[in-house]
Amino acid sequence: MTTSIPAVLTVRVLLFARYAELLGCERLDLRVPAARGAGRVTAADVVAALRARPGGERLPARPLLAVNLRQQPLETVLAEGDEVALLPPLAGG
Amino acid sequence: MPHLTDAPIDATALATLLAAVAAPDRGGIATFLGLVRDHHAGRVVLRLEYSAYAPMAEVVCAEIVAEAEGRWPAAVALAHRLGPLAIGETAVAVVAAAAHREAAFAACRWVIEEVKRRVPIWKREFYADGTVAWVDPTAAAGVSP
Repeated sequence: MTTSIPAVLTVRVLLFARYAELLGCERLDLRVPAARGAGRVTAADVVAALRARPGGERLPARPLLAVNLRQQPLETVLAEGDEVALLPPLAGG
Repeated sequence: MPHLTDAPIDATALATLLAAVAAPDRGGIATFLGLVRDHHAGRVVLRLEYSAYAPMAEVVCAEIVAEAEGRWPAAVALAHRLGPLAIGETAVAVVAAAAHREAAFAACRWVIEEVKRRVPIWKREFYADGTVAWVDPTAAAGVSP
């Protein structure tokens, strides 16, 4: 008998500025399952998990984000222990 | 030298940035200073606070400087302030030195635009009416709702 094991990863999530206020924290370790039917966890799954948390419903569906200090698209496939940072609209300078 | 600083970008800090790029074969130095303005989108600003994803911001600042130095025959220094700032304080400084002014101005201009576009830094403004908002250059109102 073959059972498909859903991909689940634990990632470190960093939140900044307004997003930290919305979620009420600046960092959390999150266990994130892959989307239904997908074998691998992507950054989009992290966003979906955050949007399901209290306060997270006001996060945009497609925020800027960085994986391990580099800006990456939502479709980026993650590995165990990756650092995923959600970046509100940048306002430096 | 880190690009992010909690200390004022004052005359002493500017002299350090200028010294970092000055050389006998560089005859022109262009400087851009971004200062804290007392108004934004029609509101009176009393002060502001910058915060950053510091490890990434340092990496991106270093990349911008290296890219500018690859695009133009120029030496570039960049500093961005974090933490609470008062009106009139320097928030960001870009210094670009080159043999001639064209490359110095071009590199300086490009670096400040890339800083605004790419570096993970956020700005919280405190207004005279007692309200506070996160600056959002992508929003029509200029701040997050």
